[in-house]
Amino acid sequence: MTHPLHELMRDSLDHCVKCTICETYCPVAAATPLFPGPKYVGPQAERYRGGDANADASLDYCSSCGICTQVCPQGVKIAEINSQAKAELAQRRGVSLRDRLIARPTLAGWMGAPVWPVANWTTSFGPFRLLLEKVLRIHRKAPMPRWAGRTFQSRTRSRRKAPDPAAPQRKVVFFHGCAANFYEPGTASMAVQVLEHNGLEVIIPKQGCCGLPLQSNGQYDAARAYVRRLAAQLAPYARAGHDIVATSTSCGLMLKREAHEILGVDDDDLRVVSERMFDICEYLVMLDERGELKRDMQPVDMEVPYHAPCQQRGHGVGTPAMELMAMVPGLRASQVDAVCCGVAGTYGLKAEKYDIAMEVGRSLFDQVRASGAALSVCDSETCRWQIAAATDRPSVHPVEMLHRAYGLG
Amino acid sequence: MRGYRTILVERVDLGQGTTGRFHGLLHSGGRYVISDERSATECAEESAIVKRIAAEAVEDTGGLFVTTPADDPGYADRFLAACLKTGVPVQEIPAAEALRREPRLNPGISRAFEVQDGAVDAWKLLWGNARSAQEHGAAILSYHWVTEVIREGDRVAGVIARDNRAGEMVRIEAAFVINAGGVWAGEIADMADCPGVTVVPGKGIMIAMNHRLVRTVVNRCEHPGDGDILVPIRTVCVIGTTDVKADSPDDYSIGRDEVQQMLDAGEVIVPGFRQARALHAWTGARPLFKDERAGEGGEDTRHMSRGLALVDHLRRDGVSGFLTITGGKLTTYRLMAETVVDAMVEQMGDSRPCTTATEALPGSEDGRHYWLGSRLAAQEEAMADDQLVCECELMPRRKLVEAARRRPGMTLDDVRRALRLGMGPCQGGFCTYRATGILHGLGDAETERADELLLTFLQHRWLGLEPILYGDQMRQACLDDWIFQGTLDVEHLPVTVPT
Ligand SMILES: Cc1cc2nc3c(=O)[nH]c(=O)nc-3n(C[C@H](O)[C@H](O)[C@H](O)COP(=O)(O)OP(=O)(O)OC[C@H]3O[C@@H](n4cnc5c(N)ncnc54)[C@H](O)[C@@H]3O)c2cc1C
Ligand code: SF4
Ligand code: SF4
Ligand code: SF4
Repeated sequence: MTHPLHELMRDSLDHCVKCTICETYCPVAAATPLFPGPKYVGPQAERYRGGDANADASLDYCSSCGICTQVCPQGVKIAEINSQAKAELAQRRGVSLRDRLIARPTLAGWMGAPVWPVANWTTSFGPFRLLLEKVLRIHRKAPMPRWAGRTFQSRTRSRRKAPDPAAPQRKVVFFHGCAANFYEPGTASMAVQVLEHNGLEVIIPKQGCCGLPLQSNGQYDAARAYVRRLAAQLAPYARAGHDIVATSTSCGLMLKREAHEILGVDDDDLRVVSERMFDICEYLVMLDERGELKRDMQPVDMEVPYHAPCQQRGHGVGTPAMELMAMVPGLRASQVDAVCCGVAGTYGLKAEKYDIAMEVGRSLFDQVRASGAALSVCDSETCRWQIAAATDRPSVHPVEMLHRAYGLG
Repeated sequence: MRGYRTILVERVDLGQGTTGRFHGLLHSGGRYVISDERSATECAEESAIVKRIAAEAVEDTGGLFVTTPADDPGYADRFLAACLKTGVPVQEIPAAEALRREPRLNPGISRAFEVQDGAVDAWKLLWGNARSAQEHGAAILSYHWVTEVIREGDRVAGVIARDNRAGEMVRIEAAFVINAGGVWAGEIADMADCPGVTVVPGKGIMIAMNHRLVRTVVNRCEHPGDGDILVPIRTVCVIGTTDVKADSPDDYSIGRDEVQQMLDAGEVIVPGFRQARALHAWTGARPLFKDERAGEGGEDTRHMSRGLALVDHLRRDGVSGFLTITGGKLTTYRLMAETVVDAMVEQMGDSRPCTTATEALPGSEDGRHYWLGSRLAAQEEAMADDQLVCECELMPRRKLVEAARRRPGMTLDDVRRALRLGMGPCQGGFCTYRATGILHGLGDAETERADELLLTFLQHRWLGLEPILYGDQMRQACLDDWIFQGTLDVEHLPVTVPT
């Protein structure tokens, strides 16, 4: 279970000076008294772990949003310590069927895709959701995506090109993630069009799940197998010199660093892929810095609240989405003052955590509603579903705003 | 337990002597198999008993003896043979298996032996014994300093002690007096006019590290030396120790060179040890009864026997009603008590057998050992309606309030010994003012005394911090300093602290 890197993460607990800064930022601790907070479950409780039994089930309320690690001025890897401890807890207790299912988006995706109209009807059908809550403990009101029918992969078969070491700069690889594949192929297509508009050829190789949901549900071994397989699929492109661009900010982060830092995966495929991995907004801003981003944007006269999800913050690249939206004439984007929407991947779907997740996101939802805007913008899919459901208006990826501004659709 | 009416007189708080300043190892005996066979056998037998009767105070960590690249590879075979001879249970395991269990161990180890070491919490053990004694009718007088041993002709008839809290003298008459003064036993024997009982203080330093770097006790498989044992105990692990002759048993100074020596020694067992955070350093003085092996000067305390020493003053000085017991180890504390009480029973012409080896101490009846997560588990239950006073050591408010009700007038060090206040990473940075405020709020300490409690505790914590200020603990000390000097301005409190 433990790996050398985990020991390093764990050792960072030595840096804690108990300043409590992390506690004041943790969105879950602020939302529920059931969660004792990052300082407690992280550097403090970790000193009591390592025996044969787990003593603190309250740890499970940590949503793994990662904010604590970002704010700790002493460099304590709090969220990483928590993740590892949660994985051990899960292993000891046994992973529930629910957590096995929701941790495998590809499974649900493939089950639903061929029969998508039926599948969509069932997931919005009240009695079925009640049953789901009873049997699987998935909250009946938790936002569920709608299957889009044909997967993005099957729509883009013609783009499964081989690596091209001769012209690596002009061709980028698009990593779409599971959510886009099954539920939001539209967002993925817009991303492709925006990249193409900027003169890039887009390769979409065959690709599987990055294993992030498995990781956040404590199923590390399975998560490692998934991410290794994906890294092997993408590595030939990275080695040929192609950059890899992701619209799923959390899955991109998984390949960039979490697989290494949390799961301890240490192989060459992953290394080359992580070096070439970019979040799409980060990538577009980089193009702009090189003077290669097309500035032929049409005015989009509207007000939009933007939420930088915690996984996006984990990239440590600032808020490139805000920079991009600032380039669009007429578009008035303002960043919401909130750290998390609450859903944190699959956390907010769980019956026992749904209310906490809603409480975590409350201030964010209030601000979006109060803005009166027709839609809101956010980089991460599960967050968008949560925000859209809670605010009764669509929430879109920033690339969709660019897509509009370029007049592409 | 044998039916006598007894009084324990202690000059300070229980556990403020050597017992509260030791390394924490419940010896399997492995350490002494070659240098001191008798001690090895005693430790093997007694540690098994202590695990049974004081289960609550013991964590059954198990132990390893490992041959590191710095050790004489020839020692291992002699060690194995000597274990068999002295009855110390041992089993060789492959070095790779030892590394699997303890991933941080020096990867260069060549051999590894499994032994039955444990970690023992001295305070829990003490309180268990004290409660047991009280249940059998004993009285315990702490903060009573014996200043005089009453002699009636050839007989010792009791002691006179100063009650340091009430500031008055107390006369205790007794049919028998046992001197268990540890390293101070010589001073007490002198008071009884039985001069020449020499107890050499063998001073040792230990450093606690912020978290457990190992789960089992790790000993170097080599002749006993300095800094060759790493003991995981409670939330920390402790590297130790040195052994030098001190001039006085009350010398608690710590040299820079000794700190460096311990860190170097830690590096041999766990590479990277210096990068880990050191929490606190302290010293204790072993009671080493002088015997012929150590020679006249008694310079080389490491090679003096760890065996217990019973001094029969009737035979030696012609004084009856008085026995001294000293030397020994914490591991053999029960055997020491049995030995001295047996001698007393014999002198008094009674025949009452000892039952301490079979009667579990209060709190240990179920035979369940301490486990690392226990405080976390307890806090998990109490979290919703209790506040943590000491966050690092998970000491809830409820416990402090209960303790203050039971024993009014505690100092914060008393609280620390009973509940581990201020023993975690922040070393009292956040809990000192909380605890002081709570005691004040309960009416247990009026303003002036509260100020004094706070300052005294800070000063005592500082003694163990100052020698190890580097790295992470330095940052902590700075933050603590801002809190106490910057925000609370404790330097200008209108009290002076007694030193
Ligand atoms: C550095 C070090 C590490 C050690 N590590 C270990 C270990 O890992 N395992 C192990 O088994 N042993 C260990 N030992 C040995 C062990 O700690 C001691 O042998 C044991 O604690 C001694 O207990 P004691 O009761 O004899 O003495 P103490 O605990 O010192 O008790 C004597 C008491 O008498 C009191 N007293 C003295 N004078 C007076 C007076 N005039 N009036 C009233 N009271 C008085 C003192 O205050 C003191 O509390 C270690 C010792 C040292 C120094
Ligand atoms: S922010 Fe960092 S240093 Fe401060 S309490 Fe949290 S973990 Fe400790
Ligand atoms: S990862 Fe997020 S939820 Fe978990 S402790 Fe850190 S800030 Fe709180
Ligand atoms: S759900 Fe969104 S905002 Fe919320 S936890 Fe995730 S990434 Fe953060």
